[in-house]
Amino acid sequence: MGLVMYTRQTVFAALLAIAAIIPAAHARTLHWAYQGDAQSLDPMALNETFTLGFQATFYEPLAGYDGDLKLVPMLAESWENTEPTKWVFKLRKGVKFHNGEDFTADDVIFSWKRSLTAGSDMKGYGAKASDIRKIDDHTVEVITPTPNPILPREWAYLYIMSKSWSEQNKTTEATNVKGDNQGNYANMHEDGTGPFVVVERQPDVRTRFKRFPGYWNKQIPTNVDEVEFRPITQEATRVAALLSGEMDIVQPVPVQDWQRLDDTKGVKALTGAEARAIFIGMDQARDELLFSDVKGKNPFKDPRVREAVVLAVDTTAINQKIMRGAAKPLGSLIATAINGYDESFGAPIKSDPARAKKLLADAGYPNGFRTTLDCPNDRYVNDEKVCQAVAGMLARIGIKIDLLAQTKSKYFGKILLQAGNQTSMYMLGWTPTSIDAHNALLNLVGCRDAKTAAGQFNLGGYCNKEVDALIDRIGSETDQQKRNAMIKQAFEIVRNEWGYLPLHQQPMSWGVKDNIKVVQRADDVLDLRNVVMP
Amino acid sequence: MLAFVARRLLQSLLVMLAVALIAFSMFRYVGDPITNLMGQDATPEQRETLRASLGLNDPFVVQYARFVANAARGDFGVSYRQRRPVSELLEERLPATLELSFVSALMALAFGIPMGIYTALKRRGMLSRAFMAISLAGISLPTFLIGILLILFFGVQLRWLPSFGRGDVVAIGGWTTGLLTRSGLAALIMPAITLALFQMTLIMRLVRAEMLEVLQADFIKFARARGLPDRLIHFRHALKNTLVPVITITGLQLGSIIAFSIITETVFQWPGMGLLFIQAVGMVDIPVMAAYLVLIALVFVLINLVVDLLYFAVDPRLRVQRA
Repeated sequence: MGLVMYTRQTVFAALLAIAAIIPAAHARTLHWAYQGDAQSLDPMALNETFTLGFQATFYEPLAGYDGDLKLVPMLAESWENTEPTKWVFKLRKGVKFHNGEDFTADDVIFSWKRSLTAGSDMKGYGAKASDIRKIDDHTVEVITPTPNPILPREWAYLYIMSKSWSEQNKTTEATNVKGDNQGNYANMHEDGTGPFVVVERQPDVRTRFKRFPGYWNKQIPTNVDEVEFRPITQEATRVAALLSGEMDIVQPVPVQDWQRLDDTKGVKALTGAEARAIFIGMDQARDELLFSDVKGKNPFKDPRVREAVVLAVDTTAINQKIMRGAAKPLGSLIATAINGYDESFGAPIKSDPARAKKLLADAGYPNGFRTTLDCPNDRYVNDEKVCQAVAGMLARIGIKIDLLAQTKSKYFGKILLQAGNQTSMYMLGWTPTSIDAHNALLNLVGCRDAKTAAGQFNLGGYCNKEVDALIDRIGSETDQQKRNAMIKQAFEIVRNEWGYLPLHQQPMSWGVKDNIKVVQRADDVLDLRNVVMP
Repeated sequence: MLAFVARRLLQSLLVMLAVALIAFSMFRYVGDPITNLMGQDATPEQRETLRASLGLNDPFVVQYARFVANAARGDFGVSYRQRRPVSELLEERLPATLELSFVSALMALAFGIPMGIYTALKRRGMLSRAFMAISLAGISLPTFLIGILLILFFGVQLRWLPSFGRGDVVAIGGWTTGLLTRSGLAALIMPAITLALFQMTLIMRLVRAEMLEVLQADFIKFARARGLPDRLIHFRHALKNTLVPVITITGLQLGSIIAFSIITETVFQWPGMGLLFIQAVGMVDIPVMAAYLVLIALVFVLINLVVDLLYFAVDPRLRVQRA
C-alpha cells in the first residue's frame, strides 16, 4: 500500500515536473547582476577584468579563454610562431560583425593601431607588436620587437573592432578619460562579433543584450535569447534580488551569506578558487622602515625575520575561520590556474610559530617589534578580516601590528610606487592579465626599474639579480619546456628567500538559481557563452 | 520683494563658490583616481601622463579655479568613471532623485500632519499611543536598516514589490518618469517609505508639540469662550498658528531629503544623484563629486528662498513689517 502511494505520488510529481519543463516557446531572458557596471563599452578604454569580461559578450579577440582559462581559437583559427619575432595568424572566415559586415585582416590591423591611440589603456598590448602586415584577407603577420613566446595569450584581451564601423562613427581613437574626444561613439555603442548584441545601454542602471543570429560559432552551449544586466551596489540588496527571484545570477555574494543561499530553495552559492593570489609584502628596500619602532635599520632586510613572518601565519586557519574553507592556501604569488604554476613552489608553507619566534630572537628581536600593515577593506574577499587574522598571528611571535585598513582608492593612493610607496607591510592581490607567470614575476618580483616598468607592483622592493636575469629570459624563451623550468627556478628562489608572505587564492562567490548551468571561470568572469537556462 | 529674491540669488552664487572651494580642498584626501582609471599593466609613465593631463598635479586652488571657469561656461567636465559629460549624467539622474524626494515629502506631510493633529487632540487615545510608538521607531531606526527590512519582507518574503531599481520609465522630453508605469510605481513604494519615515515622524512630533502649545494660548481660550465650534478652533485658528515652524522644518527637510537620499538610493539601487555621488566617491570621480556638491548647495539655497517666501504667505505680520 505504502509503495503504491509512493508511486502514485511520484508519477504525479513527475507529471508536474514535465508540465513545468514544457513552457510555451518564449524568449529565455537571463537576469544578471554585478556589484558595479562596466566603465565603458569601448574595448580599449580600461584594462580591467570585469569591464573586459563584460565586453567579451559582444567583442572577441584573436585567441581567447574557454571555461577552464585554456587558450582557444576565437577570431583566429590558428597561429604559429614562424620566426622568433614573427607570428602568423590565420583568421576565421565567415565571421560577421553585428552590423553584418565581414571580418577581415584590415579589422585586425585597425584594432591594433587603435589600441595605441592616446586614450587607450591597451597601449601595453599594442606595444607587443612593432608591425602587422596583411598577407591576404584572412592572414596576418605580426612582427614583435623582441621574441615573444606568448603573444596570442597576451592579446586575449585585445578585442577586434570593425574598421569601417569605427570610421563611419568617428571612433577611430580610444575613448579618453579626459574627454578630449567627448561623446566617443564606442563608449556607448558596440559593433563586435560576439554572440550578443547590446540593444540598450543605460550606464549604472541597465544594459540589455539580444542574441546575435549571425554569430559564427554555432557550438557555444548557451540557449539564452536575451540578457538583462543590472549593477547592484549593496551586497544585501544584491542577495535579496536573487532570493526574491528577480535575478538569476548575482556576483559576488558575501561569504557569510553562503549558508543562507544554500538553505533557500531554488538558489545556491557557487564557489571556487579564483586565479587571484593574495599575499602580504614587506618593505625590504628602505634602510629604515617608514612605520616601525625599529630605528636605524630595517628588520625585513634580514631573511630570518621574513621567514619568521611567513612561518608565524597559519594560512589553513585563515581559510577555515574566515573563508569558510573556500579559499585555497597558496605558497606562491601565482594561482594554480596560471600558466607556469608548479607545486614545487606553490604548495602552502606549513606554519611553525615556535621556529618563527626563535628566528626572530636570532635576528636580534627577541621581543619583536612594531610596524604598520596596510590593507584595503573593499577590494579583496574579506580583506580586512584576513589582515586582522594575520596581525593576531604575528602578535603571537611578538610582531605588533598597527592595522590600517581603508577604502581601496585611499589604500592604493598610499602604497603604490607612483603614490610614494608609503608602506612597510601591505596586502595585495594579483591576477596576471595574461594568465601567465611571466606577468606576475615581472610586476611583483622584478627589481624596480622606472624605465622598463619592471617591478611596478613590487611594493616591498624585493630584488635579486639572478631572478631578474631569469625573468628576462622567460620573456623571450619560445621553447615552452625550457620556459617553464625557468619559471620554476625563479619562483623557487623567491620562496627560499622568503620574499613574500603568500596567503591564498581567494574564493569566487556567485549566487545562482539552481536550474541554471554556468561555468565559473577562475578569473571570476561570467562568460555568457556558457550559460544554459532551463 | 524682487530685490529680496535677487539678493538671495546672488548670495546663493557665493555659497556655491564656497562649497566648491571647500570640496576641492578635500579631494586630495579621498584617494588617487588614477589607480581606478588604468589597468594594472599601465606603465608609470602612462600613469604620470594621465595624471598631468587631468591636471591632478596642480595645487587645489588651480584645480578649483579651472573648475569654476569651466562651470561658468556650463562645462562640468567629464566623469572619470563613465567617460561621459557630467552634465549629461546629472540630467539623467536628477529626475529619479526629485521624484523620489517629492513623493517622500508628500507622504511625510500627508501622514505626518494629520497624525500630529490627532495625537495632539486625543492625547490619551489608543491610536495616539500607536502613532507615538511608530514615530519612535521612525526616529531611532537607521534608514539603511528600515530599507533592508522592507526589502526582506515585501521583496523577498511576500514578493509583492521589486527589491531594487526604478522599474520602467517613460521619457517626456528630457525628463524620465516612473510615475506612469506600473513597475515604476511599484518600485517607488519602498524607497519612498524608507525616505519618508523619518521626516513623517519629525513632522508629526513637531505638529503635535506646536499644537499642544497653541491650544493653551489665550486666543484659543477666548475662542472657546465665544462658543466657536471645536472644528473651527482646531483647524482654523490652532492649526494655522502651528504651521510657521512646520513650513520651515519641512522646507529644510526637503533639502536634506534631496541631498541625503544617498543611503536610501544605495540600498534600493535607485538610479538617482545620491547613488551617482556615492559611486563617484568610491572611484574618486572628482568632476562628478564637485558638480554634485555644488548642485546640492544650490538646492539648499533655493529651498531656503522658497521657505522665506512662504513665510510671507502664512504670517501676515511679516508682510506688514516689510511694507
